[in-house]
Amino acid sequence: MTDATAGASTAQPRTRTSTSLLTPDSRTRRRNAAERRFKIYGLIAVSIGLLFLVLLLSTIIFNGLRGFQQTFVTVNVELLEEKLDKNGNRDPADLRKVSTFGYAPLIDAALESKLETLGLENPFAKASDLRKMLSAGAPAQVRDFVLENPDRIGETVTFRMLASSRVDGYLKGRVTRESIERDKNLDAAHLDLVDVMRESGTVRKSFNWDFILGADASESRPESAGIGVAMIGSFYMMLVVLGLSLPIGVAASIYLEEFAPKNRITDFIEVNISNLAAVPSIVFGILGLAVFIQFAHLPQSAPLVGGLVLTLMTLPTIIIATRASLKAVSPSIREAALGVGASRMQAVFHHVLPLAAPGILTGTIIGLAQALGETAPLLLIGMVGFIASNYPESIVDGFMSPNSAMPAQIFEWAKRADPAYYERAWGGIIILLCFLVVMNAIAIILRRRFERRW
Amino acid sequence: MTKEIKIEARAVQVFYGSTHAIKDVDVDIEDKTVTAFIGPSGCGKSTFLRCLNRMNDTIDVARVEGSIKLDSEDIYDPKVDPVQLRAKVGMVFQKPNPFPKSIYDNVAYGPRIHGLSRNKAELDQIVEKALRGAALWDEVKDRLDTPGTGLSGGQQQRLCIARAVATEPEVLLMDEPCSALDPIATGQVEDLIDELKANYSVVIVTHSMQQAARVSQRTAFFHLGNLVEFGDTGQIFTNPKDPRTESYITGRIG
Repeated sequence: MTDATAGASTAQPRTRTSTSLLTPDSRTRRRNAAERRFKIYGLIAVSIGLLFLVLLLSTIIFNGLRGFQQTFVTVNVELLEEKLDKNGNRDPADLRKVSTFGYAPLIDAALESKLETLGLENPFAKASDLRKMLSAGAPAQVRDFVLENPDRIGETVTFRMLASSRVDGYLKGRVTRESIERDKNLDAAHLDLVDVMRESGTVRKSFNWDFILGADASESRPESAGIGVAMIGSFYMMLVVLGLSLPIGVAASIYLEEFAPKNRITDFIEVNISNLAAVPSIVFGILGLAVFIQFAHLPQSAPLVGGLVLTLMTLPTIIIATRASLKAVSPSIREAALGVGASRMQAVFHHVLPLAAPGILTGTIIGLAQALGETAPLLLIGMVGFIASNYPESIVDGFMSPNSAMPAQIFEWAKRADPAYYERAWGGIIILLCFLVVMNAIAIILRRRFERRW
Repeated sequence: MTKEIKIEARAVQVFYGSTHAIKDVDVDIEDKTVTAFIGPSGCGKSTFLRCLNRMNDTIDVARVEGSIKLDSEDIYDPKVDPVQLRAKVGMVFQKPNPFPKSIYDNVAYGPRIHGLSRNKAELDQIVEKALRGAALWDEVKDRLDTPGTGLSGGQQQRLCIARAVATEPEVLLMDEPCSALDPIATGQVEDLIDELKANYSVVIVTHSMQQAARVSQRTAFFHLGNLVEFGDTGQIFTNPKDPRTESYITGRIG
């Protein structure tokens, strides 16, 4: 009995002692300290995230911006008639017979005369060694000019030619005299010449539009490679993706969300759509290879096939986003519409869909942005091939001609041996990021525009 | 009873999956009369109301048995299109739910989809008549193109009533139309219901017994899915026949 009473007394709550509000008690102090600690953890987490973002962006920009600059050499080439047009009748067929080899001596001569005006001599035994300073595409550039302007044969024309990637690298600090010792492509003597030519303004770096607008080039000519053709390929693929996945995705979501009976089959479909969104993209690539190319015999490497594969990949994203935004529309709006005698379809199309539109658009653009940056499936359907510079004639004609895509082009450059391609890859990433930023901006603007109406 | 019967419900059973929500209910709803359904929460009065314009069709698991006749036509006949039915039997919901469109478009929506007007002038007339009928015209006539969602709660509910009467229904169902409104707005809506009974048969579900007593001529008391008592409002509130009705109106159950 005494035990019981003792037990009862200890179980009683402690009486609350009255304390001053001006001095926090230990419990309050502990709570406040915990809150401060939590805030610090949060700040640390956010700072780490920001740090990595800044690091990422600065690396990309630091490495990539050099890709937009290219070294050019200004050369005055005398277009000798006896070399280019022996008959002198400017017959296009005759002009075409002179290959780029025929143009090389003209360029050698032009370089030598350039050195003379600068008070230098050709230090090489062979005149053609001098030409190593220029891109291997230089004779082709002169030839293209002559074929287009046959009437200028005989004149001396000023050309702005791409310097070779070694000279370009020397100006950008990538190539040094030490690194060039074992390089067959360029000698230290070339660099001595370049130093003088740079003083006189003959060799200079400037902005290179061809990087943004041009086509990819062979492995030995990194200086003339550009991402423009791959950009067109990406653009065509995005057209296919948008044109197919938006209507199909929205129609499927509306059916599943508003009309389909809730039973095992629709449950099964629902689960599968969610799972499809998590399927590795390379699986879609091999599916596309099997179905579109091997079974349906669509052309390989074509933006049409790439677009179809990416559509398969984007559909789950769009369906999930659309269903979520349809679900988010208050059921009272549907009831209101049905209550005044609208059919289900009228209720959906007049009231639910407009309210869900901002969410659908956001989901679509996120899906498109994902598709734009996708590389793996494109590898499998052959959209990484080096695209000959027949741009723009045979590329613009369409969805069916072989092409690459921006991320696949970046991948292609990143795996090439020449370090000059390294900066191209980073530069390509800058362009790709610009596209993504623009697409996200469009998503935000569209969402704002639609939301303001309601 | 000189008034004709508008809706005749016989042996109505409603199941939500395995739940038996409405058990064997018989009700006659008269034309140009306000009929109130009262009862504690979950007694099935809203469920029964939603049977009258087949809004339960939108719920997959709901199943309705028995017969409900509107002007002696069975509304659950397979040949009946619920869309046509709902044009005749309008509904106002518990929470004001105007469309996120302009006031004008809210009211004009029903007439538009049912093709009740031939031109803009006619539609304008219908909208004005409906808004006047809902006692809202004077408050909104200068801002018909502003969003309906920008109105106050009471105005929104009257806008919903205007939207419902714009399609010229014969019966108006109201599911606790005043539960989200303040007393002043409630008073306005109740006055409106009193006016509406001149043209429509009004069925109102309410939690407030005072409201039922104020606006209705006939009252049905539901309890646990059963229709316990149905009669003239005066008789239900002053001289209930069933002990359960008496307990409810005196506040002992519910």
